[in-house]
Amino acid sequence: MSVAKKIGCYFCTGCGIGDALDMKALKAIATKEQKIPVVKEHAFLCGAEGVAMIRNDLETDAVNAVIIAACSHREKTAEFRFGIELFDRVDLRDKCLWVLDVKEGDETAEEDRQMAAEDYLRLGCVKIKKMNIPDPFLHSDGSKDVLVVGGGLAGLTAARDIALAGYQAVVVEKAETLGGKMNNMLKVTPDNRPPYRDLTDNFIGDLIAQVEGDNRIKVFKNTVVTKTAGQPGRFDVTLKSGGTPLDIRVGSIVVATGFDLYDPAKLPGNLGYGSSPDVVTSAEFEKMAKAGQILRKSDGKPAKRVAFALCAGQRDKAHLDYCSGACCIYSMKQALYVIEQYKQEASTFLIYQEIRTPGQMEDFYRKAQDEGAVFIKGDVAKVTANSGGGVAVEVKDHLLRGSESLDVDLLVLATGMVSTVDTIDPNVASQIGAGRDELPGSVLNLQYRQGPSLPRLGEAGFPDSHFICFPYETRRTGIYVAGPARRPMGIAATMTDATGAALKAIQAVEAVAGGVAVHPRSGDLSFPSYRPEGCTQCKRCTEECPFGAINEDDKGNPLFNPARCRRCSTCMGACPQKIISFANYSVDMISTMLKEIEIPEEDEEKPRILVFACTNDAIPAMDMMGRNRGKISPYIRIIPLRCMGSLSLVWIADAMSKGFDGVLLMGCRHGDDYQCHNVRGSSLAETRLSKVSETLDRLKLESVRVKMMEVNIMDADSLPKAIDGFVEQIAKLKPNPYKGF
Amino acid sequence: MAYDLSFAKEVYKKSEMGHWIKMCMQCGVCAGSCPLRAHWQHSPRQLFQMVRAGKKDEVLKSSDMWMCTSCYNCIARCPRNLPITHIIHGLARYAETQGKVDPKQPTRRFAVEVFWENIVATGRVGEAMLTMRLYFQDGIGAGIQRGLEMKDSALGMLKTRRLNPIPFRGKIKGYDGFKKMLAKAAELEVKLENKA
Repeated sequence: MSVAKKIGCYFCTGCGIGDALDMKALKAIATKEQKIPVVKEHAFLCGAEGVAMIRNDLETDAVNAVIIAACSHREKTAEFRFGIELFDRVDLRDKCLWVLDVKEGDETAEEDRQMAAEDYLRLGCVKIKKMNIPDPFLHSDGSKDVLVVGGGLAGLTAARDIALAGYQAVVVEKAETLGGKMNNMLKVTPDNRPPYRDLTDNFIGDLIAQVEGDNRIKVFKNTVVTKTAGQPGRFDVTLKSGGTPLDIRVGSIVVATGFDLYDPAKLPGNLGYGSSPDVVTSAEFEKMAKAGQILRKSDGKPAKRVAFALCAGQRDKAHLDYCSGACCIYSMKQALYVIEQYKQEASTFLIYQEIRTPGQMEDFYRKAQDEGAVFIKGDVAKVTANSGGGVAVEVKDHLLRGSESLDVDLLVLATGMVSTVDTIDPNVASQIGAGRDELPGSVLNLQYRQGPSLPRLGEAGFPDSHFICFPYETRRTGIYVAGPARRPMGIAATMTDATGAALKAIQAVEAVAGGVAVHPRSGDLSFPSYRPEGCTQCKRCTEECPFGAINEDDKGNPLFNPARCRRCSTCMGACPQKIISFANYSVDMISTMLKEIEIPEEDEEKPRILVFACTNDAIPAMDMMGRNRGKISPYIRIIPLRCMGSLSLVWIADAMSKGFDGVLLMGCRHGDDYQCHNVRGSSLAETRLSKVSETLDRLKLESVRVKMMEVNIMDADSLPKAIDGFVEQIAKLKPNPYKGF
Repeated sequence: MAYDLSFAKEVYKKSEMGHWIKMCMQCGVCAGSCPLRAHWQHSPRQLFQMVRAGKKDEVLKSSDMWMCTSCYNCIARCPRNLPITHIIHGLARYAETQGKVDPKQPTRRFAVEVFWENIVATGRVGEAMLTMRLYFQDGIGAGIQRGLEMKDSALGMLKTRRLNPIPFRGKIKGYDGFKKMLAKAAELEVKLENKA
């Protein structure tokens, strides 16, 4: 932006700031040292009068960039929302005043506190000087349509909701008919409306009619996706119906391809599949119930005594290591079929590990019990075919603590769900290369440098990312997976999931159209750019991006897809050449900031420790620490980072040569139960840090001077101990010899 | 046959509060709450599962339901709101009507012989007579021995006026009405049983 920056720095003296700090000295730093043209103070800056003062300066064009020197950036956000990009908050209260222990009359402590406040002010001033207004990434040929892959319950619900919200949807269904697995169902377990007890008639026909009758929804049957290229807002998708390819452009994608049932032939022998025709899977049982009569397969006699083996392969390391989420419920439903058909003569048994009834389904469990279904906690030990038809099921009964033999007409195996989405392990280095022709079995065949499949969460192979941080989302921006394709779930959960994914998909197209980031940095206008002449084609950025946002050109240079980007700036931290930056966030910005902090001379015996803290979890934890008045050493200086993934090793080197005695990094928890908002940021930072000893060795410094810790948002109470522990450890070392150079 | 549901269906129908048994989810909170659990062979939840499993004789001949002191801990804690104490008493009564209970079962003897006869005779409980009948039900020698064992308790109760020492206190006012009520209750019970 070519307009000259006119910075205004506004101090608040409320909340005790004015009493504790030497405001005159602070203002002098702003005006004289940092050359900020407009410097004002107010006793109640977040009050109407204080805010009006700032607004007035903005309207009269006295300033166009604002520094608020008051409380944490997480406080008073509505009051200080001016709709300007050049904006920063200096925290004099939560992370300075509130956490530093100053007894009355203790001049040294007062001086330390003043020094901290001055340094934080300097950081803010430098930061805003280094900030540029981002140009949003906009394009005119985008689409706001949503592609829904899969025409079963999840897909149809998503498409219907997209249309109801006023957007266009394209449904692609592999089979000849819509409806998917729901077509085989006799009745449906309760949905999300009370009383959650009764089976309802299969409504899939109505849903199909609603979708097919909606002119905002285009339906392609007998069709698959063979290629998906581009980025949110401009996904170019190739469909294939029969032999003819068709190219369409959509804004975002909902994957709702559903599940396959686990192959019963692979089940362990004790469950007896194949040993008698009277051992059937739930799917086979459902088909029979839909046809009308529940009969023994062996001789066609009525099947009045029916046992259901829940967890037929689920929660078994050798088969499916997870709970399939819906089997308890659908087995209860099938037990009710038997009871409905044979009334008083019916005997139904559900042999279970643990009954799991997600959502409101506990009420349905009661209903099944009330109707007389008998629940047996135990394992099926052996199944033998009876000579007169039916089977004898030997159960290791955990409730009666013994072995019981049940003679039943049918044994139904409740097999588990396997996602139909092809996934890749995001922690394994991907093969380089983007363009791929039709990949059989891939639901999207993404033309992404990090591979054609969606990254999976954990070992189970589901394309989920994080149920708190990224509900309904995958690790590919603009692509949302709903229903059992994302994780195993029943009918009620699938419908909620599909609606959630539909809304996320709409959010994504709107965000892209406005040139802003989607969750978690919603509304961020900035996006990464790089200096091509500096690139060494090392490919670290394209490999490390947690969201697969960066492709590569023929020469190995990065090709950014800004609409895929979530602005975590992991690429910036990864780049050894420091050539990747954002308009308002860069390696240079943080370097300059940390160099602006005053380092006292060695003989003053005041060490300085730099803390890089993740703005997502560590900073809120620190704010809570401030609110609880936890006390920490006055020697630390905190610089918030967008994400630990943006950590550049240059900053460590800079901090050490500047004379900081130690550097503490606070990132989110990583690993399988990660809490990183950007999935891999903190884990990549830790990997990078393992190489920092080279830098320290070069500077002849001890490697304990740099430490990374995982901070949870709930860690406010333990933070003072952790921080002061590190400060003590550093105090035992000799001061950094680079001080004063 | 294991898990033959005919006994369960019988209990659901005929045993007082028995239909609640099907709602038990086997969490075991009742077992953990029972202060006399150590003296039960099967906890309430096990007893309920045995009902469902069709173990008729084991359930009805069990001494478990006679161990309940009606402290109501289990009822207060049951997450499924089962009236466990009442179900247990219902099972005890059902076992009695089925003639399955060991006649020597002490609680049964006390309830069916000593207590019932005591209260029916006069319309009120006479503690002194009740105690004597209980102590001497196994013969004079055993009675004297138990009396001596309990003498300190008895004296203490006398002193604090918790025990009326007069063995024969006569019938309550309106004893005839009381008798009529009992007859009506017995009539209703037969009716209910026939209906079931």
